[in-house]
Amino acid sequence: MSSQVIHGDAHGHDHGHDDHHHDSGQMTVFGFWLYLMTDCILFASLFATYAVLSGSFAGGPSGHDIFQLDFVLVETAFLLLSSITFGFAMLKMFAGNKAGVLGWLAITFLFGAGFIAMEIYEFHHLIVEGYGPQRSGFLSAFFALVGTHGLHVTSGLIWMAILMYQINKHGITPTAKTRMSCLSLFWHFLDVVWICVFTVVYLLGVL
Amino acid sequence: MANAHDTHHEGNHGSVKSYMIGFILSIILTAIPFGLVMYPTLPKNLTVLIVVAMAVIQVVVHLVYFLHMDRSKEQRSTVSTFLFTALVIALLVGLSLWIMFSIHYEMLAK
Repeated sequence: MSSQVIHGDAHGHDHGHDDHHHDSGQMTVFGFWLYLMTDCILFASLFATYAVLSGSFAGGPSGHDIFQLDFVLVETAFLLLSSITFGFAMLKMFAGNKAGVLGWLAITFLFGAGFIAMEIYEFHHLIVEGYGPQRSGFLSAFFALVGTHGLHVTSGLIWMAILMYQINKHGITPTAKTRMSCLSLFWHFLDVVWICVFTVVYLLGVL
Repeated sequence: MANAHDTHHEGNHGSVKSYMIGFILSIILTAIPFGLVMYPTLPKNLTVLIVVAMAVIQVVVHLVYFLHMDRSKEQRSTVSTFLFTALVIALLVGLSLWIMFSIHYEMLAK
């Protein structure tokens, strides 16, 4: 922070004003980061619940019976690819390349949408088979944890679509930069949560 | 050089190279645990250990290469809030499991 004040002083009032705006943008991003930290605790509670209930099958199926790892591997690949394409969108944004930002965001959106489509298919398939959340404690905890992650990704997709519209209409404004920085944190954070999900739920569930 | 970019007042927001390093490391750290579980070759306990270790390493890779955490001054509050959250998570998950499994054990044993 102090280096920015020096920067502002050295370059006169115009830059000082820019820095002030930038500074409030940085505070917004940090505030969003604090929200993500509280979201971590929400997920931690769901993981703890899942861990406690992961053996409560109530005569129903276990993870070994219902999880298909090749399917989960494709979901994981979609989310990881969407993480790196979002990174490229950020780089294009810092370079001031509007078409580049919109292009990479569109690709990120498609990967994210592919992930959600696969998750909906999986949930639908399980419920049709009679393995819905009401079947056992294990399945309740599974749907709560994976479903909460899926809802987060869906909100991220809605946010991304709105940002694409705004950037297309108004260009890469300082406000758009702040929003992109927040969404970038959100998106990468969801990928981090997914690492824990595929490890704890799917891989350890099948073992 | 990357340092010239870092000293820019907007701070560190990565480069194509840093994103690609993170991406390739993530692919490796995802492929190994999936491979070990889909095509079991090692004893179960060792597999669990490796799968969990790979996940922990991959989380760190994401934090460093995608979320740009480092030891710089700008990142200090981000990193310290994260470490505090990690402590809360460790207490929340660790102690919940301790209580629940010891209840489970006591109820069955006595």
